[in-house]
Amino acid sequence: MKRSLAFISFWNILVKDMRTYYLKPPNISWGIIFPLAWTGMFFIRSGSGLSGIMSLLPGVVALSILFGTTSLLAVTITFEKKSRSFERLLLAPISLEQLLLAKTSGAIIFGVVNAFVPVLMASIIADLRGVKWGYFLAAVVLIAMASTFLGLFIAVAVSEVFEAQTFSNFFRFPMVFLCGLFFPVSKLPIFLRPLSYVLPLTYGADILHGAVNNGSNALPYWLDFLVLAGFSLGLFALSLRNVKRRWIR
Amino acid sequence: MEINIRPIKDERVDNRAFREKAISEINADEVIIVRNLVKSYGPVRAVDGISFSVREGELFGFLGPNGAGKTTTINLLTGLARPDSGEILLAGIDVKKNPAAAKFQIGVVPDESNLYPELSGFDNLCFCAALYGMRKAERQRRARELLEFFGLSEAADRKFGDYSKGMKRKLTIAAGLIHRPRILFLDEPTTGIDVASARQIRQLIAGLNQQGTTIFLTTHYIEEAERLCQRIAFIVSGRIVRVDNLENLLQPLRGQFNLLLTFAEAVNTSGELQEKISSAFPDFIFEWVNGCELRVRSTRPIAVGPLVRFFEDEGCEILEARRIHPSLEEVFVELTGIEAEQMKKEKEIKEKPGQ
Ligand SMILES: Nc1ncnc2c1ncn2[C@@H]1O[C@H](COP(=O)(O)OP(=O)(O)OP(=O)(O)O)[C@@H](O)[C@H]1O
Ligand SMILES: [Mg+2]
Repeated sequence: MKRSLAFISFWNILVKDMRTYYLKPPNISWGIIFPLAWTGMFFIRSGSGLSGIMSLLPGVVALSILFGTTSLLAVTITFEKKSRSFERLLLAPISLEQLLLAKTSGAIIFGVVNAFVPVLMASIIADLRGVKWGYFLAAVVLIAMASTFLGLFIAVAVSEVFEAQTFSNFFRFPMVFLCGLFFPVSKLPIFLRPLSYVLPLTYGADILHGAVNNGSNALPYWLDFLVLAGFSLGLFALSLRNVKRRWIR
Repeated sequence: MEINIRPIKDERVDNRAFREKAISEINADEVIIVRNLVKSYGPVRAVDGISFSVREGELFGFLGPNGAGKTTTINLLTGLARPDSGEILLAGIDVKKNPAAAKFQIGVVPDESNLYPELSGFDNLCFCAALYGMRKAERQRRARELLEFFGLSEAADRKFGDYSKGMKRKLTIAAGLIHRPRILFLDEPTTGIDVASARQIRQLIAGLNQQGTTIFLTTHYIEEAERLCQRIAFIVSGRIVRVDNLENLLQPLRGQFNLLLTFAEAVNTSGELQEKISSAFPDFIFEWVNGCELRVRSTRPIAVGPLVRFFEDEGCEILEARRIHPSLEEVFVELTGIEAEQMKKEKEIKEKPGQ
């Protein structure tokens, strides 16, 4: 009985968010066109031929997930808090953990779907048979989780939608350069490198590089996975604490 | 000759019989128990050590001006705010120890509609039902039933965002009832709504209460509290000034009973008649409102029969005798020092910009 309550409310929150936000034209365009644009831009401008595609793919995949997920939370969380409909969820007889998981799982799924837009594009022009799909998929899911929870952390910390957007850019744009997406962290000036290692995307991109380009990862996989999972858990726990402290006051 | 005895206010939702019933049930269960509840926001003591209880089936009113702490109290009781100290029991459940179980017992209608503007009325209700773990068939059945009850069946498939204010309020109340809660919290349910819709909503609330739902209602309209509630708490600056049932609240100040007699035609109110009346009824005070209307006051209940007979003998036909209930407004002003009109005005000014 308890289990079915948890499941029914979880599923319906997810479906409602999908219907009202994710599958709406603005988000489809944000979620699908945006990765397409990234992909096109990088693949075309790189000018390094087909081999270049394989070295760019991990970075483009990571960015598609990062931008696709973080931008959604501003709507599903910050906007609903501002318009007070979030109160309805807080009044429901479900735990806050469950509630936040339901509100974020849609974004995670959306991020995973986004990741495969550039993969599909690349598969048309490049040979992807050498990719280790197991590692690839696991990395995609974990990156989607870590960036969704980063988005959640931001969405919970602010009170206006525009603040959420501004604040997330504060994290997102440095990540484009610092996380080893398009050139290895080892090529960064030494004083910037510590910064790279406090950003979750660095570890996700490392797995993707390894999976796509045959073991070119700089760190062992287990360490990457562990750190990424740690980030996800940590960000989720922080967000949970913030909701408890700031929203139920 | 026919004499109608009816209350002077036409719009009165007659909740009186039920009111008396609730009052007589002395052992009734207390479904809301609040003890020494305190909540501060920075330097502001929004709720300053309040205690009260509400019995099962009661319609309990929380009456107070802006910033008195009404919304804060609802937030504390419903888990949207955390008390600094104090105890809250809902249907015997300690909300601190078992918040989820307590949440099943309560429905909440906030002061602003907080449903999803982009979903239809029907989908909004189904979604709310799902939050309480109801299954699909049951959700849809319950949603239709509530839409019907609130007269919103026609608008079921329209987006909530396109509803009028009154319709929004009704659907928000429906959403609060979706899981058949034992206790319904209503935060200023008729504020910001036109007179006709407000009246309809009051009737719906009285109806719900008569069907057995315990209702906790906040309002800053004194007449609303008087019309609807069986017991009322006056709250000012986070403190409860007085809690009592309506009869007891009205008792001390009125100490007097008023009757308004309406005559079929203008009566000659010369000194002679006046003298006769006074000597026949020495305990009553008589005031002519105009030639056709006479106000009778007394410190004891006024029996209508002797008066009617007396005037008949004098050749004056009485069309109607109406009891005038002393108003809660005077009691409120006396206890709080706040003028009712003042309270209403402040509220309206405050609300204008938002509309
Ligand atoms: N979240 C909050 N943060 C800071 N102060 C608050 C908060 N909520 C309420 N207050 C303060 O607590 C006091 C009580 O507010 P509350 O909203 O409970 O009053 P109210 O009786 O509902 O008034 P109204 O009739 O305007 O709705 C006010 O002084 C208000 O400014
Ligand atoms: Mg209020």
